[in-house]
Amino acid sequence: MSSTHIVSVYDEELKYLSRKISEMGGTAEEMVGDSVRALINTDVPLAQKVISEDVILDTAERQINEKAIVTIAKRQPMAADLREIMGAIRIAADLERVGDLGKNTAKRVIAVQGSSIPRNLARGLEHLAELALMQLKEVLDVYASRNIEKAKEIRERDDEIDAIYTSLFRELLTYMMEDPRNITPCTHLLFCAKNIERIGDHATNIAETIFYMATGSQPEGERPKDDHTTSVGAVEE
Amino acid sequence: MNMSGMTTAITPTPKVAAMNETKVSARDVQVYYGDKHAIRDVNIEIRSRTVTAFIGPSGCGKSTFLRCINRMNDTIASCRVEGNISIDSENIYDPKVDPVQLRAKVGMVFQKPNPFPKSIFENVAYGPRIHGLAAKKSDLDDIVASALQKAGLWNEVKDRLDSPGTGLSGGQQQRLCIARAVAVSPEVILMDEPCSALDPIATAKVEELIHELRENFTIVIVTHSMQQAARVSQRTAMFHLGNLVEENDTDKMFTNPDDQRTQDYIMGRFG
Repeated sequence: MSSTHIVSVYDEELKYLSRKISEMGGTAEEMVGDSVRALINTDVPLAQKVISEDVILDTAERQINEKAIVTIAKRQPMAADLREIMGAIRIAADLERVGDLGKNTAKRVIAVQGSSIPRNLARGLEHLAELALMQLKEVLDVYASRNIEKAKEIRERDDEIDAIYTSLFRELLTYMMEDPRNITPCTHLLFCAKNIERIGDHATNIAETIFYMATGSQPEGERPKDDHTTSVGAVEE
Repeated sequence: MNMSGMTTAITPTPKVAAMNETKVSARDVQVYYGDKHAIRDVNIEIRSRTVTAFIGPSGCGKSTFLRCINRMNDTIASCRVEGNISIDSENIYDPKVDPVQLRAKVGMVFQKPNPFPKSIFENVAYGPRIHGLAAKKSDLDDIVASALQKAGLWNEVKDRLDSPGTGLSGGQQQRLCIARAVAVSPEVILMDEPCSALDPIATAKVEELIHELRENFTIVIVTHSMQQAARVSQRTAMFHLGNLVEENDTDKMFTNPDDQRTQDYIMGRFG
């Protein structure tokens, strides 16, 4: 936004919100990255670090909500300002969820330690996480730049993550069928894959929120979906 | 007099057009104060039984335009109005139109409550009396009671109708002025910052009243409070430097206006 408010404190309040969102974004990104690294390398201390960091996001979300409520009460924001504040509340909720998902993945690191993760499965998870993290990183860049075209691109890219998640799902089922002893670790990995896939969904949500903040209208059309796991049967073909 | 037992109002019901039909139509309206071109090319359709708010910075022409709708600008010697303003398709600037009759049809409430230095009863009875709306004393009593009821003031003043109107509180005085406007059964009520001299509670009462009056009247309100415009109106018109820059549904206007000037103004930003 180019122009500034006549009341300069109002600008500072809005800046506080966007700064907090950026901080939350950075923390969430780091937590997700660390949780996946901890999972692949069965690095328990790193997993514990992720678990302990979740409180940072919880606190930041609460601070954003409190500031937003006070700003609405004091300034009675209109139009783009109102959308900015409502957007901050929604994005903070998405980022807080991303942190929870990272924390959940980290908790499972402790559960799967001792069972070795097959190489190609690990690679699949890594790839899934790379895509989800890229979505998250780019959507946080869009939050700063308000590039609407980019927001639309991110929203349309979520189906790639869904496709990889579906293939990982099938792969994990295969391992479980091969040897019942794989069921426990594979179930944990399945939840981890689901966590990572959900992070992509939150990034998409954030892209839609940013689109609304900038334009005042919702992005058109259904978001693309390529998650077919709901139709995968236990016995294939 | 004792009118507390009165139950029915006999004030003639104003001609009620269907909601959202055009009530007031302005075409290419220009207003000049001497050489100063104060209003430029204003075109607007004001809908029947709808509250339309005029917003904009000081000196943008919103009050000037409001005063064109009942020809109040006729009283200013240097003021010249061009273009066409019609109410129910009748040109109000036609030489055949009597401005006094027009102002009975288009009532006005001002920024500062301005009751006559007379009793509460006389304040409301004055208009109906000069317009010959009451054949006998009891008719006049009924009109006064009905107008005070519509203005939400009846219960507060029914036992002291003979006391001076100027003895009421500011908020009550403003509602007395609204009762006075309503008493002559107008079709359009113009309000020029009606709450700017009132406290928040009196303001809330006037806003509640505007909401009720909308059932029967077409209301145009000029306000400096964006929140008030957002609260009371269904349509909002934004004026800037004598131009009407945007007219839109109020919900749209305050969440996602089309014009950058509207955006900057309602968000309190430098243009």
